[in-house]
Amino acid sequence: MIRVVLPYHLRNLAGVGKEVSLEVEPPVTARSIVDSLEAAYPALRGTIRDQTSLERRPLLRYFACGEDVSHRPDDEVLPAAIADGREAFLIIGAIAGG
Amino acid sequence: MSGVRVLVGTVKGAFVLTSDGKRKEWKVEGPHFGGLEIYHLKGSPADPNRIYASQSSDWFGQVMHRSNDGGKTWDTVGNEFAYDGDAGTHQWYDGTPHPWEFKRVWHLEPSLTDPDHVLAGVEDAALFESKDGGQTWQERPGLRGHGSGPNWAPGAGGLCLHTILLDPTNDDRMYIAISAAGTFRTDDGGKTWRPINKGLVSEFMPEPTAEVGHCVHRIAMHPSAPEVLYMQKHWDVMRTDNGGEEWHEISGDLPSDFGFVVDVHAHEPETVYVIPIKSDSEHYPPEGKLRVYRSRSGGNEWEALTKGLPQKDCYHNVLRDAMDVDNLDPCGVYFGTTGGQVYVSADSGDNWSPIVSDLPRVLSVEVQSLS
Repeated sequence: MIRVVLPYHLRNLAGVGKEVSLEVEPPVTARSIVDSLEAAYPALRGTIRDQTSLERRPLLRYFACGEDVSHRPDDEVLPAAIADGREAFLIIGAIAGG
Repeated sequence: MSGVRVLVGTVKGAFVLTSDGKRKEWKVEGPHFGGLEIYHLKGSPADPNRIYASQSSDWFGQVMHRSNDGGKTWDTVGNEFAYDGDAGTHQWYDGTPHPWEFKRVWHLEPSLTDPDHVLAGVEDAALFESKDGGQTWQERPGLRGHGSGPNWAPGAGGLCLHTILLDPTNDDRMYIAISAAGTFRTDDGGKTWRPINKGLVSEFMPEPTAEVGHCVHRIAMHPSAPEVLYMQKHWDVMRTDNGGEEWHEISGDLPSDFGFVVDVHAHEPETVYVIPIKSDSEHYPPEGKLRVYRSRSGGNEWEALTKGLPQKDCYHNVLRDAMDVDNLDPCGVYFGTTGGQVYVSADSGDNWSPIVSDLPRVLSVEVQSLS
């Protein structure tokens, strides 16, 4: 199982806790994780990435095993520790605003 | 027993304020969607318990919500707003072509007869609709594609379609307003549109009387006189008596004719309310006095309504979607400020009191009259 940590507002929107577990078919990539996340929680569609362009929203970042992978290709295979659930895939909102 | 429900959108969530017909004691519920900007909420005239809400943020984009129990609980519905066909371009601030990009829903206008049918005015300006209770949205492309779209340019708040007025006597007629393009009308249910801005003069434009380009802040209609529209333009309060074919100025003796809101008394089609703001560079009331101005003659002669409103050191704004009326007798008038106050007058504006004083910045106020 893949573990995904969501920012506060997306947890509320999806009605879940801080972390969710997902079945993701290999290869495990940022795209496949978000695809699975949106399929499991339709309320999240369009909130992490634009529904038309599928580009990640600019005030969100993806982290895997302590590294910011936001600017890597969405289809790049993520580390094995993400794929086997030892590490969580983090979706983090920018700390900004009033 | 009659009552009212006031739906308040703020930058940090939605609030639902309820009272009986006296409108003295209020129950405050919220925030719903705490911490998130709620641009607008509006209930269905056909089913008051059906309420739609637009949530928008730079972090998570557009999210739409729907309540079937008068705002107690909410379901997330569809949030895909795809322009019809090739989106094309409009003008950017510097005059260059800029691709049409969906940003947010500014205004929701439920059908007068079908709770599942709702229109949405969006930024970049376009008209969308849902016929399945908000699950899916389709653009009505006739407006954006009617011809002048490539010449539309955003106001300071963005290229937003912020007002939708449905003619209750004619299913095929509808009015919309866009900042900063102007006002448009359809007479065939939204298939075709034309600009209706004759008589508007905007000195900031290279051609002050151009067909499009006017920064219309808000238009309002009384349901018994749908040919008469009132407009708060960037500067100037305007009126048309023939469905927008021609407008004339009714600013009269207002202390400033800049402002955002305009609304009409529920039972008196010639009684109009505006809240003057000092200028487009100083978005606060003239002299620091928060005054609603009422005309009982359809414009030109205005009286200041001040009882219960702060008459010194008040520097809040009242945004375009933040005023509404109920249809009780006497008519109630409501508005919200950027300082987080929501005021009510239960006697057509003669006396005012705050329902709440410390909400976040208020973006919208909609009132439901409940039987």
